[in-house]
This record gives sequence, structure tokens and C-alpha cells, in this order.
Amino acid sequence: MRLAGLIALSALLAVDAAGAEIPQAERRSGYSFMAPDTRAMQDDDTTNPGMLWVLDGEKLWARRTGVTNKACADCHQDARASMKGVAAHYPAYDKALGRPVDLEQRINLCRTDQQQATPLPYESRELLALTAFVAQQSRGAAIEPGSDPQLAPFVAKGRELFMQRQGQLNLGCTNCHDENWDKRLAGSAITQGHPTGYPLYRLEWQSLGSLQRRLRACMTGIRAQAYDYGAPELVELELYLMSRAKGMRLEAPAIRP
Amino acid sequence: MSGPILAGALLALPGLGAAQELRRYDVTGDAIAKSLTGAPGDPARGRTTLLNRQSTCILCHNGPFPEEKFQGDLAPNLAGSGSRWSEGQLRLRLVDASRLNEATIMPSYYRVDDLHRVGPAWRGKPILSAEQIEDIVAYLVTLRE
Ligand code: HEC
Ligand code: HEC
Repeated sequence: MRLAGLIALSALLAVDAAGAEIPQAERRSGYSFMAPDTRAMQDDDTTNPGMLWVLDGEKLWARRTGVTNKACADCHQDARASMKGVAAHYPAYDKALGRPVDLEQRINLCRTDQQQATPLPYESRELLALTAFVAQQSRGAAIEPGSDPQLAPFVAKGRELFMQRQGQLNLGCTNCHDENWDKRLAGSAITQGHPTGYPLYRLEWQSLGSLQRRLRACMTGIRAQAYDYGAPELVELELYLMSRAKGMRLEAPAIRP
Repeated sequence: MSGPILAGALLALPGLGAAQELRRYDVTGDAIAKSLTGAPGDPARGRTTLLNRQSTCILCHNGPFPEEKFQGDLAPNLAGSGSRWSEGQLRLRLVDASRLNEATIMPSYYRVDDLHRVGPAWRGKPILSAEQIEDIVAYLVTLRE
């Protein structure tokens, strides 16, 4: 019994060592893995296609809609002031729901509760535009996951999901993004898997996409059943990724290959 | 591990029409001595299958495949596999590498149990068929240095 317990414990410790977090000083954005011309494209707002969504988002910010006929701006005024730094601590704990919500869900809560309008689907042009506009107000801000103690169990669940092997290929996020981030998967650099750029323009997608879209793509890549958009598991993963990227700078809307 | 171990019993999952029955195989030491199909594979076809993206091998591995621009480097170079390992050892590596190294990231190509949240398109099916595995093994055996 004692021996079995010891073996179980040492197995746990071994898993923990393998899935060790990347030390703060070694954290690198996906940006630093990109070719110089792709970096240049992100750096210059006139060539960054993500800025088209930001501009759309700015218009939507001021557009009245819903039963109450209110615009985001009617409550939050100038986003440059009111939304500065906000994206750097999302997902955040929502007291009414008793769970964390990501930026997209927060925007939709404002739509349904304040504007009394229909929620926007993930990956719709409008939701991407509003999210990009809000996230852009935090460009350069350091990621600071919410300190609400009620978030802790959700971060822990996200971490568990990150470590869990899944899919027909039986791989966990950690196998690539903690253990092999300096390597290449066929032609692609395996990055550390940080959420610093979202929503971002992916050349492969020819579009802006949310962090959830990226997570679902990695899940499908290992032939796992991707969680549905908005699923609590995806928000927990987002939350863990933000805590894992603590201190890194936001760069939305970024570009990725 | 010693003595023959019977593995891969009939693994058809109930309620899944697409589920495939895996053939039985015997593990002796660190090898599966006998062909999964009872017949030798075709090395030329094995090379083509190994390089096919759907087989996933060169996502992680590289090797003597000058025509392939994009090869991974998560795993050992496959050149010389046939000098380092016997046919039976290569067969077990493909069928279920996790038997040899529990922490390996190399997927088990002929296993459908003990997997988590497999997507519906792949559920109940091994990554490769017994025939494909025999072809790849026949090809790897020829990689000598
Ligand atoms: C087999 C390897 C592999 C596994 C397993 C994997 N990923 Fe990825 N992931 C990649 C690669 C390769 C990229 C980079 C693609 C690109 O941008 O070109 C990536 C990109 C990402 C990014 C985007 C980073 C950025 O800079 O924009 C995030 C976030 C991410 N992965 C999270 C996850 C999560 C969460 C899981 C588990 C559910 C996971 N990944 C599983 C290989 C993997
Ligand atoms: C997700 C990564 C991954 C994939 C996909 C993969 N392997 Fe591997 N493979 C490895 C790793 C890592 C090792 C090193 C040994 C270990 O970890 O058990 C290995 C070891 C091997 C070896 C022994 C190499 C040596 O000489 O030491 C052979 C042969 C091999 N793999 C063949 C294949 C073939 C054939 C396929 C596809 C059908 C494949 N692998 C798919 C990761 C992978």
C-alpha cells in the first residue's frame, strides 16, 4: 500500500517535471518564430490586414443596436481610455455566471444584457471586429491574469487539459508547446503556444481568427474531438494560456503564418 | 518484459459501425516477430505510405527523402533504422511505441484503446492498417547504413 502510494506519487512528479512551465525569461511570442517579412507585415499597420477588422470594430463600437438602441460607446465612451489594458486580463471571472468568460463572451454579455441584441457567433465578422478593436487598446500591455481567487480552480482545470493526452495521435498540448517548442513539425515552427496575438490574422486562414479557433485547430490536428466554440473547456484553456504567458506583451491583431 | 504477451484482443467498440477489429499479435521481448497480415509488406509501397502526410510520420521524423521539403525534427532521423533495429522491433515500434517508452510522443499506429476524446472521423480505427504497417516495416528494414 505504502509502496504503491510512493510509486503513484513519483509517477505524478515525473509528469509534473515533464510538463514544467517555461521560465518567465525564456517566454517567446509566436512573433519571434516568424520570418522577417511576416514580422514586418505585423509591425506596420498599413500592411497588417488585421487592422481592417479593427477599423470595422471601431465603427461597430459607435453603432446603436438592440432593443435599448445603445452603442458600446454610450456606456464605455472612448475605447482608447476605457478599454486600455482590459484584454490583458481576460478571461475574467463573471460573478453572475460563476465562471470565467473570455473577451468574446464578455462582448456578447454586453450585447444581450445592455443592448438587448442577439449574441454574435464566434468567428463572425462583427464579433472578430469588436474583439480586435477592444484587444488593440491593450497592445503593448503586459498580460496580467485576474487575481480573483475564484479563478484558481478554472486555471487548474485549464492546465489539466493542457497536459492531457488526447486524440488518435495521443498527444497533449504540453508535448509540443512545453517540450518541443524549439523544433519543427514538418514545415512549421512549433511555438510556445502563447495567446499574445489574438484575434490574429493567419495567412493560412486568409482571415482573422479567435484564440478558440486556434485551439480547435490544434485539437483537430491531433485528431481529437474539438470542443464547441464557447465551451467552458476552451475558456479554461484560454485562462491557463494567459496565466502561462503572464508578463508577456499583447500584440493584437498579430499575424501568424 | 519476457515471454509472449497476448495483446490487441478483439477491440471492436460496441455501437460504432466504423469500428475496425484489430488483428491479434504476439509481443516477444521488444518485438513482434510475425507479420500482422501473415504476409511480407511491399517496401516501395511502404516508402510512399510513410511519406504520405496522412500517415503523419514525417511530421515528426526526417530521413533520406530528398524530394520532401518539409520534414519534422521532433524525432530521430530514420536513416539507418534497418541497421539499428530488427524487423520485429520496428513492427512493435509502429504498432505501439508506448510499450517500449511510456512517455514517448510517438503515436501508437495500431491501437484503439486507452485514447481520450478521439474525433468522430477517427474513432475506433487505428491510424494505419495492418497492411500499411507491414509495407512501412518492409521499407524501414531497407534503410541501412
Ligand atoms: C503536434 C504538435 C502540437 C500539439 C499537440 C498542439 N499544438 Fe498548438 N501549435 C502547433 C504548431 C505547429 C503551431 C504553430 C502554427 C503556426 O502558427 O504556424 C501551434 C500553434 C498554437 C497556438 C498559437 C500560438 C501563436 O503564436 O499564435 C496556440 C495558442 C496553441 N498552439 C495552443 C495549443 C493547445 C492549447 C493545444 C492542446 C489542445 C495544442 N496547441 C496542441 C503544434 C501543436
Ligand atoms: C509525434 C511524433 C512522432 C510521429 C508522428 C512518429 N514518430 Fe517515430 N519516433 C518518435 C520519437 C520521439 C522517437 C524516439 C523514441 C521514443 O521516443 O520512443 C521515435 C522513434 C522511431 C523509430 C526508432 C528510431 C531509432 O532508430 O531510434 C522508428 C523506426 C520510427 N520512430 C518510425 C516512425 C514511423 C514509420 C512513423 C509513422 C508511421 C513514426 N515514427 C511517427 C516520434 C514520432
